[in-house]
Amino acid sequence: MQKSFLIITVITLLGTIPVYAQNDTTDLIASMIQDKPVKQYITNAFKSSRVINGHSIEFIGKGVLDVRILHRFGYVSEGFGNLFGLDEASMRMGLDYGLSNNFSLGIGRSTNKKELDGFIKYRVLRQSEGPGSSPVSIVWVSGISVYTTKWADPLRKNIFSSRVGYYHEIIFGRKFSNFFTLQLAPVYVHRNLIDSVKNSNDTWALGIGSRIKISKRVAFVMDYHPVLSGKQSATYNPLSLGFDIETGGHVFQLHFSNATGMNEKEFITNTRGSFWKGDIRFGFNLSRVFTLKKRANIAQ
Amino acid sequence: MNQRKIVLVFLIFFGTYSVDAQVRFFTKSGVIRFYSKAPLESIEAVNKSGTCVLDTKSGLVQFSILMRGFEFKKALMQEHFNENYVESNKFPKAEFKGQVLNNPTINYGKEGSYIANVKGRLSIHGETKEIETKGTVLITGGKITINADFNILLSDYKIEIPSLVKDKVSNSVKISTSCPLDILKS
Repeated sequence: MQKSFLIITVITLLGTIPVYAQNDTTDLIASMIQDKPVKQYITNAFKSSRVINGHSIEFIGKGVLDVRILHRFGYVSEGFGNLFGLDEASMRMGLDYGLSNNFSLGIGRSTNKKELDGFIKYRVLRQSEGPGSSPVSIVWVSGISVYTTKWADPLRKNIFSSRVGYYHEIIFGRKFSNFFTLQLAPVYVHRNLIDSVKNSNDTWALGIGSRIKISKRVAFVMDYHPVLSGKQSATYNPLSLGFDIETGGHVFQLHFSNATGMNEKEFITNTRGSFWKGDIRFGFNLSRVFTLKKRANIAQ
Repeated sequence: MNQRKIVLVFLIFFGTYSVDAQVRFFTKSGVIRFYSKAPLESIEAVNKSGTCVLDTKSGLVQFSILMRGFEFKKALMQEHFNENYVESNKFPKAEFKGQVLNNPTINYGKEGSYIANVKGRLSIHGETKEIETKGTVLITGGKITINADFNILLSDYKIEIPSLVKDKVSNSVKISTSCPLDILKS
């Protein structure tokens, strides 16, 4: 009897101890529920939907209106007499709107050539981590531009299509770390009418955009578009270097560039100064977002 | 004697299994909200996929949520929350490990609403602070729902508010949790 009681006691202890041991552990969740890794999208590769001139892999989000005011000034080398170029300003005012988190469109008008432009932008693939993830984001952008200045050549018939240009690009981008983002974007530009038979209607360029994040709210950005083929004579590759500064709903992009154009067609085919010869202008992009459609699902 | 032994053995097994099966309640869809009221802006966000476990025997209670799971009315707020304030990629989770201090006074087998005094350690943004709050335990139809509201100071968790947005982001944030728990089947 005593022996069997001992055995029962041992069994009891053996049987119950693990249960109590489990109860005692302070990490209940880790001991009971296995967290399955979930797919998570990588966000904030850039602070803005543009690197500087070119589109970035970033989107403004569904129901968000982005009011963009862009300025490009004269050459810094013009000196004090022209307040280092600030006396001459070229401007583009634009509106971008996010129809979904992966699809946005925008319109704008530049003082340069009194040009209207519009684009659609779609995210084909989004960089993510976890199961089924993608190492890169792929974004497709197509745009159109129409200049509305007075017809310059009275000998030539003024037809609408002569004023039209197009661009298409596919951006491959990756946020390598919080600190570093890089994107490559082959861009094709077509102009219906060009000024000389020596030039080509079709131009190919490779957009190279990069961000180096300096602090939570400041980043260094670089935007370079070397022209690969169909280069317009007496033009240079547009290069822009600058800083993104974020304050609440605003993003200020301050930069130095040799380009004046503020749409793809213009800065790729019509950048008249050489960055390396000192034809550098100051410029800024101001972006202010307004949330037009607030998400309903967070209400109680 | 033999019969007694069998009964005892039976009791032992029955005892351990029943304990194991019924003391733990959990959910993976706990709702955690927070509110920040500053002079110029009110911020509100919700996370509907919080994990919560309650051990009714010991009174141990634990929460774990992914910071990226918080949804805001404005996309930009959500972006800034993750990027600039809580730094979600560095500190992906917030956790609470605590204890219901008055656990023996709660009868989990009987329907009703009970006050629960909870004390524990809350970890956000890589910082851990002791907190104590009063919550309620609601028992209806074999289900347990636990609710608790409490305030935290962002400065306690080293979440910086730049002086430029002092009027838009409050240092004091109200957190409200609501978790309907199910029996954990292992």
